[in-house]
Amino acid sequence: MARQPVRRARTNGTKSEAKSATRSATKGATKSTAESTTRGTAKRPANTAAKSPAKSSKKGRARSPARRTAKSRSAAETGTRSATSGPSDRVLQELHLRMARIRKFEEAAGGLMEDGKIPGALHLYVGQEAVASGIMQHLSDEDQITSTHRGHGHLIAKGGAFPEMFAELFGKASGYCKGKGGSMHISNMSLGMLGANGIVGGGPPIAMGAAFSNKFRGTDRVAVCFFGDGASNEGSFHEAANMASLYKLPCIFVCENNGYGEYTAQENHQAIRDVADRAAGYGMPGVVVDGMDVMAVYEAAGEAIDRARRGDGPSLLEAKTYRFFDHVGMRGMGLTYRSDEELEAWRRKDALLSFEAMLLDMGVMTKRKLTSFYKKLDEELAAAIQFAEASPFPDPSELLEDVYSVA
Amino acid sequence: MEKAKQQPRSITYVAAITEGVRAILNEQDNAFVAGEDVAGAGSVFGYYRGLLAEFGENRLFDTPISEKAIMGLGVGAAATGCRPIIDIMFMDFIAECMDEVTNQLAKMRYMFGGAATLPVTVLTMSGGGMNMAAQHSQCLEAWLAHLPGVKVVMPATPYDAKGLVIAAARDNNPVFVVLNKLSLGIRGEVPEEVYEVPIGKANVVREGSNYTIVAVSRMVHEAVKAADELAGLGLDAEVIDVRSIQPLDTALIIKSVEKTHRALVVHEAVRFGGIGGEIAAQIQELAFDHLDAPVARVGAPFSPVPFSPVLEATYMPNAAKIVAEVRKTLEI
Ligand SMILES: Cc1ncc(C[n+]2csc(CCOP(=O)(O)OP(=O)(O)O)c2C)c(N)n1
Ligand SMILES: [Mg+2]
Repeated sequence: MARQPVRRARTNGTKSEAKSATRSATKGATKSTAESTTRGTAKRPANTAAKSPAKSSKKGRARSPARRTAKSRSAAETGTRSATSGPSDRVLQELHLRMARIRKFEEAAGGLMEDGKIPGALHLYVGQEAVASGIMQHLSDEDQITSTHRGHGHLIAKGGAFPEMFAELFGKASGYCKGKGGSMHISNMSLGMLGANGIVGGGPPIAMGAAFSNKFRGTDRVAVCFFGDGASNEGSFHEAANMASLYKLPCIFVCENNGYGEYTAQENHQAIRDVADRAAGYGMPGVVVDGMDVMAVYEAAGEAIDRARRGDGPSLLEAKTYRFFDHVGMRGMGLTYRSDEELEAWRRKDALLSFEAMLLDMGVMTKRKLTSFYKKLDEELAAAIQFAEASPFPDPSELLEDVYSVA
Repeated sequence: MEKAKQQPRSITYVAAITEGVRAILNEQDNAFVAGEDVAGAGSVFGYYRGLLAEFGENRLFDTPISEKAIMGLGVGAAATGCRPIIDIMFMDFIAECMDEVTNQLAKMRYMFGGAATLPVTVLTMSGGGMNMAAQHSQCLEAWLAHLPGVKVVMPATPYDAKGLVIAAARDNNPVFVVLNKLSLGIRGEVPEEVYEVPIGKANVVREGSNYTIVAVSRMVHEAVKAADELAGLGLDAEVIDVRSIQPLDTALIIKSVEKTHRALVVHEAVRFGGIGGEIAAQIQELAFDHLDAPVARVGAPFSPVPFSPVLEATYMPNAAKIVAEVRKTLEI
């Protein structure tokens, strides 16, 4: 194949990312020194990530738990709030829980799809867990999100229950959408999850609308919109970003840049390396963050979300990340559009595993606790799958229900 | 050209599309293929596979996920001397560029008093049956056929897929080639040579004497199955594959109805507002005196395409539904 996007992408990434790190570090004028330091730390891994994930594993060890702990604690001592103070053990454990739940769910769902048990197409979130988890840690059920075709992780991080999720993927009546939506339209209004979306770029305008509603109704709720690097080329994103900024809406645009839109590498679909650069065109802050570092995501998200809640308007947060499986399913169509080395390099940055290592190091987690944690998670998964498999399919008469509201 | 003579060779619908596109890229220096994942991946449906290696990245290229710009690229390039083949992966995504289609592509020539020529070919994939849910399964051809200025063809067989792709790309007007997912693996005889299936010509795929089934795209195969079943009820059904819904081969349909006196129209698209309504209306206008029964219609119910396999099976039109509708209309 003629395309060698990856190599070029890496070199390009080096410069522009360094730039945007500086930019974002200097941008937020309201930030205290302590805050900027923390943000700087959060950002450094992003640079190494896109520069060369291979090398970053070394760096990854350098930004070891011990160092981070020290940093976080010192930030905590400054007495500033959530984003800058060292997160409590509870927060750390919840971040871990969210990531682990996503990982386990997706691996199980992917396997069931590959075995032909789950119909249709699943776009798996494995590799990107830190993004959904770090952001959702700041949200309540009253805050809304819009998701993408790769939406299971967002719903899980927002509190989605395994049984109803599996049931939906199986097309069962007990699913979150009564089996009508499936993976690509999975949603739960009471959790503030306004849907996965089969339309690339479908989310941003809807999130902007939800943010408008939050403001219009006088709440302090925020709407977060997840979208991919590929989706950042849809007009819908640009139109939504402009309006959100114009109306100072509590909307956070989160670009999960995994380097590819389907089988097309980023360098073949846009001439910039940092989607965050696009924020400037709409007069909002644009921040690049290491999407393989849940703490970095958590910190950056905290600032963007606080800003939105304060009424200071939208932000664009770009998380550099990677999907570990293929575009669809686990194995995919067997196309060679990215190299094994690249995949391996990113896998070495595995957000879940590195965070676990950090928690063990910090003593927030022990090996024994981890073992029983996963044992329980496996049991929960098995029970959820059993529930889904045992659930009935919707009655054919359901077909014409829900097309219109009849109330 | 239609009856190409060659020894029989059976290939898939996918391979037939590839052959059609290859023929055009060989024949027309100003033709190129633009769309999402058309080059490196050869389309997610595989019908451009191999063409990048043959023709290079100037002739096939992957675009950003920007349907409005992709369609606009086609309009602007066609107006200035190129012959673009534009790929809109799933037909559902045509909604993303419907303004470009409706307000530019379809009308530019007319608005400019005939000064602009727009030889744009759009390939797009329609249809359900694969549990791809509400945004990846639709049949929206009626939207397009409603637009003066564009042509719409819908091949049901590998033979027609190749011949219609070639005819579409040689046409000096915008032509939508609406493909069908469940048809991708269908095999059929396809000559190796380059041939056209003329746009606007329907095809009698099964002759019959006392019932006419007018079918669109994959429903042709369901109609043939239904015709076999109807034989058991004493009906000798003729099956017509419309192949092109804009322009529509009204003459052939009317000729058949004048012979059989009864007709049913079937498509996978939602029945309400579907092209079947137009066809039925034309039949009653032009063959009223020949009709012995109301013109029946089969199409999808008035709901989005559901995900759940059970609901989708209930949703999809098929041979059984055709037979049931015939029996209902004829009270047999
Ligand atoms: C409007 C629209 N165009 C094209 C597609 C087909 N498609 C589905 S996912 C995808 C790639 C999206 O890339 P990105 O936004 O980077 O998300 P990722 O898959 O990497 O998570 C494409 C082109 C679609 N679903 N919707
Ligand atoms: Mg992507």
